[in-house]
Amino acid sequence: MKDRTIICRCGDLTLEDLQQLIREGFTTLDELKRISRLGMGPCRGSTCLELVAREISRLTGVGIGQIKMPTNRPLLTGIKLAELAGEGDD
Amino acid sequence: MVLYTDLLVVGGGPAGMAAVLQAADSGLSVILLERYDQLGGQLVKQTHRFFGSKDEQAGTRGNVIARAMEEELEQLDNVTVLLEATALGYYEDNILLVSAQHSLKKIKAERIIVATGAAEKMLTFPNNDLPGIYGAGAVQTLMNLDGVVPGRRVVMVGAGNIGLIVSYQLLQAGVEVVAVVEAARQIGGYLVHAAKISRTGVPIYTGQTIKRAYGNGEVEGVELWQLDHNWQGIPGSERSLAVDTICLAVGLRPLTDILVQAGCQMAYVPQLGGDVPLRDDNLKTSNHRFYVAGDAAGVEEATAAILEGELAGLSAILELGAKEGQSLEVKKRTVKKKLDKLRKGPVGEKIRAGLLKVRRDGNAGKDRYSHTG
Ligand SMILES: Cc1cc2nc3c(=O)[nH]c(=O)nc-3n(C[C@H](O)[C@H](O)[C@H](O)COP(=O)(O)OP(=O)(O)OC[C@H]3O[C@@H](n4cnc5c(N)ncnc54)[C@H](O)[C@@H]3O)c2cc1C
Ligand code: FES
Repeated sequence: MKDRTIICRCGDLTLEDLQQLIREGFTTLDELKRISRLGMGPCRGSTCLELVAREISRLTGVGIGQIKMPTNRPLLTGIKLAELAGEGDD
Repeated sequence: MVLYTDLLVVGGGPAGMAAVLQAADSGLSVILLERYDQLGGQLVKQTHRFFGSKDEQAGTRGNVIARAMEEELEQLDNVTVLLEATALGYYEDNILLVSAQHSLKKIKAERIIVATGAAEKMLTFPNNDLPGIYGAGAVQTLMNLDGVVPGRRVVMVGAGNIGLIVSYQLLQAGVEVVAVVEAARQIGGYLVHAAKISRTGVPIYTGQTIKRAYGNGEVEGVELWQLDHNWQGIPGSERSLAVDTICLAVGLRPLTDILVQAGCQMAYVPQLGGDVPLRDDNLKTSNHRFYVAGDAAGVEEATAAILEGELAGLSAILELGAKEGQSLEVKKRTVKKKLDKLRKGPVGEKIRAGLLKVRRDGNAGKDRYSHTG
């Protein structure tokens, strides 16, 4: 079996996929999130975004402290639709 | 339904519990949110005798400290504890959305203390999705809470205090720890812990990391290699270890999403673990409603988390006009002194350097969430 390095577990994105996207010019986390499933899983990117930031930094030479983090919208964690649906009840 | 409260504390670890305890005689209403079904945070898994300051419970087991705080909390009738209650997000109009026991609630609070702790960092290496690879936190939960060992032969990645302590707990549980691997040239954890490991004959390899994991459907082994001074692997230096478990203890990152959503100014500070909010010396952030305390403010240790919780708690309830303000001011000064003392000396060096970058004075670390500048 060929070696496979996962960078986003939730989105099943590999390091190779990511490097390809960065080479194609998607060099910000916001762009990468829009074009792939990166950071959109149940963990909302809490596992992968920092790893991706490191990879962007390594490939583009931009310091890790200068990488822009994606716009952080509410819903920190996945919630079930039933919870949303039940909201009006009480 | 909207719940109103004077003070809301997010996170029921040592920092959050300490914050809530300050409100004991304040006459204020307090809500404490904890996403798990039990209070205590990281401490509930810490069955070892604590390192840290002698004045602040060093030598006591972490889970015992947590239990004592919880018992004290149960005495307070102005405090509502919500378990299995996760803060999901912060919206305009000062609404915090919470999923509490599978239903959604909105909470409006005058002051909010964020004490959400930190999350484990991961590593990227080939085959890092094989079954048998765990974070140190998961291994601790398995062993110390569920009484299950993760495997028979483990390699530990990371020789900070967490890597060393969890290695020792694995050994005590009868698991073979094949090696502890550390990318840095030096062991990050306290030497007492490292010495304990070395005495058992487990080697600690510094300047090395995982090149790849291998195995058919599950971890069967790991290849290590040496790192050069630019943190690049040196071809030809590889060695293989047959293991069924890889445990990663490569650091923690503060959980600060709520603060980002609340528009708090952030700073990227590696010494504190990542992106943390700027704060004044009462732990108030740039959003006047929000305070931060504990590992969420910067990854440190339980003693510091408790003292920060006390400081944020006291400051918030003073702002809210708690009774007995005079004596609380005195208490607050004492807590600040204790924090300073704790961070003195060589062990506090990294934290002190980090704390220079979280003040609103022009030396702050870069705000990676600010998309304007
Ligand atoms: C293996 C190990 C050994 C350690 N040994 C020592 C030691 O010997 N001495 C020492 O001083 N320290 C030690 N520590 C460190 C210590 O445990 C932590 O510094 C301390 O627990 C931090 O406290 P906290 O309250 O800030 O965060 P935590 O203990 O992490 O608590 C945060 C709480 O917030 C909850 N939470 C997070 N997000 C949300 C949300 N959105 N909504 C609701 N709840 C949320 C979490 O579930 C958690 O219960 C050790 C840590 C580890 C992992
Ligand atoms: S690991 Fe990428 S979203 Fe969870």
